Amino acid sequence: MRHEFLDHHSGVESPVHHLDPRAKVLVFFSFIFIGVSTPPHSIPVFMILVAGLIGITWVARLPLLHLVKKLLVLLPFLLMVTASIPFMKKDGLAGGYNLGLGGLSLSRSGLWIFWNVLIKSCLGVFSVILLYSTTTFPQLVKGLERLGTPRVFTVLFSFMYRYSFLLVDEIHRMKRARDSRSFGRRWFWQLKTLGHMIGTLFLRSFHRAERVYGAMLSRGYQGTLPGVSLKRFGLGEYLFLMIIPALLVTRLLWG
Amino acid sequence: MGMKSDRVIEIDHLSYDYPDGTSALREIDLEVFRGESIAILGPNGAGKSTLLYHFNGTFIGKGKVVVLGLPLIKENLKEIRRRVGLVFQNPDDQLFCPTVHDDVAFGPLNMGLEEKDIRNRVERALGMVGLPGFERRSAHHLSEGEKKRVALATVLAMDSEILALDEPTDNLDPAGSQALIERIRQIGQTKIIITHHLALAMDLCDRAVFLQAGRKIEDLPMEKLLQNRDLLERFGFDADLAQWMYERKKKAKNQNAK
Repeated sequence: MRHEFLDHHSGVESPVHHLDPRAKVLVFFSFIFIGVSTPPHSIPVFMILVAGLIGITWVARLPLLHLVKKLLVLLPFLLMVTASIPFMKKDGLAGGYNLGLGGLSLSRSGLWIFWNVLIKSCLGVFSVILLYSTTTFPQLVKGLERLGTPRVFTVLFSFMYRYSFLLVDEIHRMKRARDSRSFGRRWFWQLKTLGHMIGTLFLRSFHRAERVYGAMLSRGYQGTLPGVSLKRFGLGEYLFLMIIPALLVTRLLWG
Repeated sequence: MGMKSDRVIEIDHLSYDYPDGTSALREIDLEVFRGESIAILGPNGAGKSTLLYHFNGTFIGKGKVVVLGLPLIKENLKEIRRRVGLVFQNPDDQLFCPTVHDDVAFGPLNMGLEEKDIRNRVERALGMVGLPGFERRSAHHLSEGEKKRVALATVLAMDSEILALDEPTDNLDPAGSQALIERIRQIGQTKIIITHHLALAMDLCDRAVFLQAGRKIEDLPMEKLLQNRDLLERFGFDADLAQWMYERKKKAKNQNAK
């Protein structure tokens, strides 16, 4: 089976893809930090941030629309958090609806808060999408490690990445096995089966973890993973990093 | 066979119980000499893998186990594991790194080798299994046959003196397993191979060890096994096929002699 659900575009050939992962981590995280720290009224800053991200998408030869679609993952969470905010009454009304059940009104400050949450979460998630669409996962992990992320986390990330594919396979196999033997039962009968499946999945993962650890020990693992070196920064990396001061200036001028 | 100093594995009255109390190995005696190729045969659940895991101390049971002159105790595990390469049955257990390169380099890195040496070893090991240039691929994008070969490369890169392989051709199509058998044949080290394939055992091994219910019940040269109809049929092998393979091998040998 082939899976590429995470770093689907990371194999594309473009100037951005060839950059050192550390430079990309720094730049995309600065997009997030500057985005989050900008007050919601500073529309020009947000416009420049969005333009910057779209520009990088273009240089990286990535399909913009496809990446924007990935933002939809955010939607359920965003709606849950923000649904009630515009209706919080603090100051003057921005408008109102009468639904017959009593008044529903939009407050101006509520709308600003809604905009604030919306633009910042979209910026943040889009930056991360761009980061993993331009960097293969192993490189990303190495980059994070070289930037000082504790080994425990980076090791955890690489194992998660490697075995998420097997876990998905395992789930598909179990689902197929269940579907080929259960038909015509009502959905709530299947809940019990689902419970068993989750339990089985946990046990299988647990046993696999033991075997993997055995394989690691067999090849001399003693608790620390030796590091692998990355190439040195070149002109491209330094140019790319110039985005950070540019963002900072933008933020200070119009923020 | 070799002198006493050539003995690389010495097992004396080895027993092993699983934590839940199930007895997996009972009173096993086994000697392996340098340069030998041994097939471990027997039904599922006979204890073959459990025995294999003792060769590098993944399991430590009761009884005497000496590997390359080192008793199997905690203090020696590091040295033993460096010198005995174990390939697990399921390559997804063996390949735990994000890329093929990282997996093959894992053993040499743990041995504390220089970066250049490691790169050479990775390149050579991948060449030996017929997958040159696979360094940057991810394990989950490989076919089952390629995974099995990379798993073999992960221990070849360590230059182990003994190779212990758990069903190397399990799950492979005939062409894939034939290709793998050819690769294994070209490896010069002492080999201990668990298998259910008589053809593989005959092709690669000069000695057969039979396990059943945790006991060693036979230990005989491969040529003797191929002519032992009773033993073969008791374990469900096709004795006629074995006879035919034996004749063919003998013929090939005679032709080579001429």
